Amino acid sequence: MIQILVSALMLFGAVFSLLGAVGMLRMPDLLTRLQAATKTGTLGVGFVMLAVAVHFQELGVVANSLLVIAFLFLTAPIAAHVIARSAYFVPVPLWKGTALDELKQAIDAQAADAPPDTTESEHGSAGETGRGRASS
Amino acid sequence: MADQILQWSLMATAVMMTIAIVIVTFCLLRGPTLPDRVVALDLIGTLTAGAIGVFAMSQNEPVYILVSVVLSVVLFVGTVAFAYYIEKGLEQ
Repeated sequence: MIQILVSALMLFGAVFSLLGAVGMLRMPDLLTRLQAATKTGTLGVGFVMLAVAVHFQELGVVANSLLVIAFLFLTAPIAAHVIARSAYFVPVPLWKGTALDELKQAIDAQAADAPPDTTESEHGSAGETGRGRASS
Repeated sequence: MADQILQWSLMATAVMMTIAIVIVTFCLLRGPTLPDRVVALDLIGTLTAGAIGVFAMSQNEPVYILVSVVLSVVLFVGTVAFAYYIEKGLEQ
């Protein structure tokens, strides 16, 4: 009975991983590709690790596989966000069907507010906004 | 019977993971820009961690799970380092 549960979890994870790879191949844009890669990759490997935990049923192995799951779920969104942010400022071309670019609006609003602010722009997050403005 | 199902699905999972890694390797070679390649490399590492888990199950050897733990830790550091240098390269 346990074997069937392990098989189901494992196959589910494998299908998710394969879908993530296909999404990586088919998506038109860096940001959509990133979405496909991160979400399905994390979920697929999470299910495989859950299958490992159910299969071995020892305390050490269960702890290790849950550690992998926790770490993936914690770090994959952070890594995706960091790489998307740095790619936005490269700039990577967006898909032609992109409807809404809220970061660009925010940067433009900040640039409109900036001239009275330039004398005191040495502190805080001024370096971040300055970089965004310079590259946009 | 149940053992046969387990063996079969281990084989099927290994094949699907391998196909996924091959597809993502193609994306790594193709990727039009550097961030695309970084994303592909990150996904390859994540899938490799899962494939090592499948390998540990097929060998009935739980020690290999530690490889997955270390791989998922190192991958995050690598991706953040790539992002840091991509963003830093803008200033020059």
